Amino acid sequence: MSNETNSATQLSYLDYKPKKGIWAWLLTTDHKRIGLLYLIGMMIFFWVAVGIGFVMKLEMLTPDQTVVDAQTYNSLFTLHGLIMIFLFIIPGLPAVFGNFFLPIQIGAHDVAFPRLNLLSWYLYIIGGLFALVSLHLQGGPIDTGWTFYVPYSIRTTTNVILPLLGAFILGFSSILTGLNFVTTVHRLRAPGMTFFRLPLFVWALYATAWIQVVATPIVGITILLVVIERVLHIGIFDPALGGDPLLFQHLFWIYSHPAVYIMILPAMGVVSEIIPTFARRTIFGYKVIAFSSLAIALIGYFVWAHHMFTSGMSETARFVFSLLTFLVAVPSGVKVFNWVATLYKGSIELRAPLIYILMFIFLFSIGGLTGLVLGSLATNVHVTDTYFVVAHFHYVMFGGTAIVFFAAMHYWFPKMFGKMYNEKIAIWATPFIFIGFNMLYFTMFILGYQGMPRRYWSYLPEYQELHIISTIGSWILIFGLVIMFSNLIFGLIKGRRADSNPWGGVTLEWQIPSPPPHENFEKIPVIDHGPYDFERFKNENKNEIDRS
Amino acid sequence: MEKEHKHNLIPYGTYFLVWLSLISLTVLTVSVAGVDFGRIALFLALTIAAIKSTLVINYFMHIKFDQPIFKFFLAVALATLATIFILTSTDVFFR
Repeated sequence: MSNETNSATQLSYLDYKPKKGIWAWLLTTDHKRIGLLYLIGMMIFFWVAVGIGFVMKLEMLTPDQTVVDAQTYNSLFTLHGLIMIFLFIIPGLPAVFGNFFLPIQIGAHDVAFPRLNLLSWYLYIIGGLFALVSLHLQGGPIDTGWTFYVPYSIRTTTNVILPLLGAFILGFSSILTGLNFVTTVHRLRAPGMTFFRLPLFVWALYATAWIQVVATPIVGITILLVVIERVLHIGIFDPALGGDPLLFQHLFWIYSHPAVYIMILPAMGVVSEIIPTFARRTIFGYKVIAFSSLAIALIGYFVWAHHMFTSGMSETARFVFSLLTFLVAVPSGVKVFNWVATLYKGSIELRAPLIYILMFIFLFSIGGLTGLVLGSLATNVHVTDTYFVVAHFHYVMFGGTAIVFFAAMHYWFPKMFGKMYNEKIAIWATPFIFIGFNMLYFTMFILGYQGMPRRYWSYLPEYQELHIISTIGSWILIFGLVIMFSNLIFGLIKGRRADSNPWGGVTLEWQIPSPPPHENFEKIPVIDHGPYDFERFKNENKNEIDRS
Repeated sequence: MEKEHKHNLIPYGTYFLVWLSLISLTVLTVSVAGVDFGRIALFLALTIAAIKSTLVINYFMHIKFDQPIFKFFLAVALATLATIFILTSTDVFFR
């Protein structure tokens, strides 16, 4: 037993194998391995959805049919949205990097419920399989759009029930992860790790976990109601049976708008980790950033109906929700200003992760500001359901969350695998991603402003020029992504060994070996300082050098 | 540990009474549904449901005997729900 304990505290989590072969992964309760399991699953789903997006953009090269017919196009944009949202961005950062680093950053051996954590991953995979299986059944792939709007989702003959149940199961995975993280933060913090000594990534995960726990059940019950409506024709949502389709939209967005914050809040947490490390100074306005995460989580609950300004809602509701929407800009703005203030007069080291973060600040700011155009009643009426919305959403979700996901991969890669990627290539990929991204999506702002409706398979010839630029942008973007991912995979196989703290970070994960030992810490650390105390770290290092 | 002991000290008679109250309130809900109360019918049904859930949360879920932090979490969730109801009503009652 003592030998086993020793190996658990000394061997890296990749070398510690209490079970043989594939079972060491499939039956693991180690939060780090579970994080990697999510990463593998998510990367597969991500590239499938990128492939679908590629075909969609190819179709848009000409005003009429280019490569697929109209019905296939309907299924493609539905699947692209479903996979990217439910299987990549929502679980995204919390499931991979939250699982891997939350326990380490608070000085714990694991999450509060390790078995429940593994169950969450299995539910994630089962939910994904439900969606995939539905593609091959009679009736054909779902064509409702990722929002499943009624009455169409009740009447369409395509396979709706299976992907709906898939989303329902994925919801459970999300709730259980949230529950695990809330409990872990409350119960397993190391001695001295007060709430105001928590790294800001943990604060963001904590706020996100609350949204996951409180908001997700609402979409769960909504999905079940749609299934019941399809099967039993009760008349909950279908106006032909006396139901209210707006009720569906309310229920759907009561979850799905907070879900936007499930997607973006952890990304904001990662930004707050990476910027201090590469600016070599403590974060500007720690408490304000921490509280702004909670404020975003809270206000994010009360703005859902801005997705419904043109769907026949009362004028009173439109006014109230427009006002509330503008409030969200305040804590979001607080964060952006604090990040920029942290960089100001810092000793900036322009490494790959920071370049991705700078890209994020630029793209997310465009996404955020165009959100105000959509939140404002008068302008919303003009651009709603056009490519403007598609562009805004991708600037926030891709330019925001996905770019930060890439930044996190580059930042924590040496810690997770104990190896280093080629940083020059990582930096070389960024201009392709940046230029491709803006060609692909900025053109959509203009197209939308000119009146190009979203989800249309064909369009008027005058839109073609911008569509061609957008499609070429998608090729450049995918080229950049291929370089970036190939570089990381090559680093994983052939990369040189990384030391325990290649960036000079000061949070707890950088104080343990790379890759981390199975149990993270030989002895649980005692914390007596804030998370970004670079002065103290510098002095400690200096003393160590003097002693040696 | 001490708290766990306290949980076990709730007499079975109390659980039985709560269960009986829940059954009675369910019967009441069904009976009330048969009477035309007009606009207050929804309010009545929700009030009965609220009483039932209060009983379940307090006794079967032990919130009455738990630490204040859990009561706070519950209060936050309920306040969120109440706000969602109020905001939805700005649409439903003003169409």
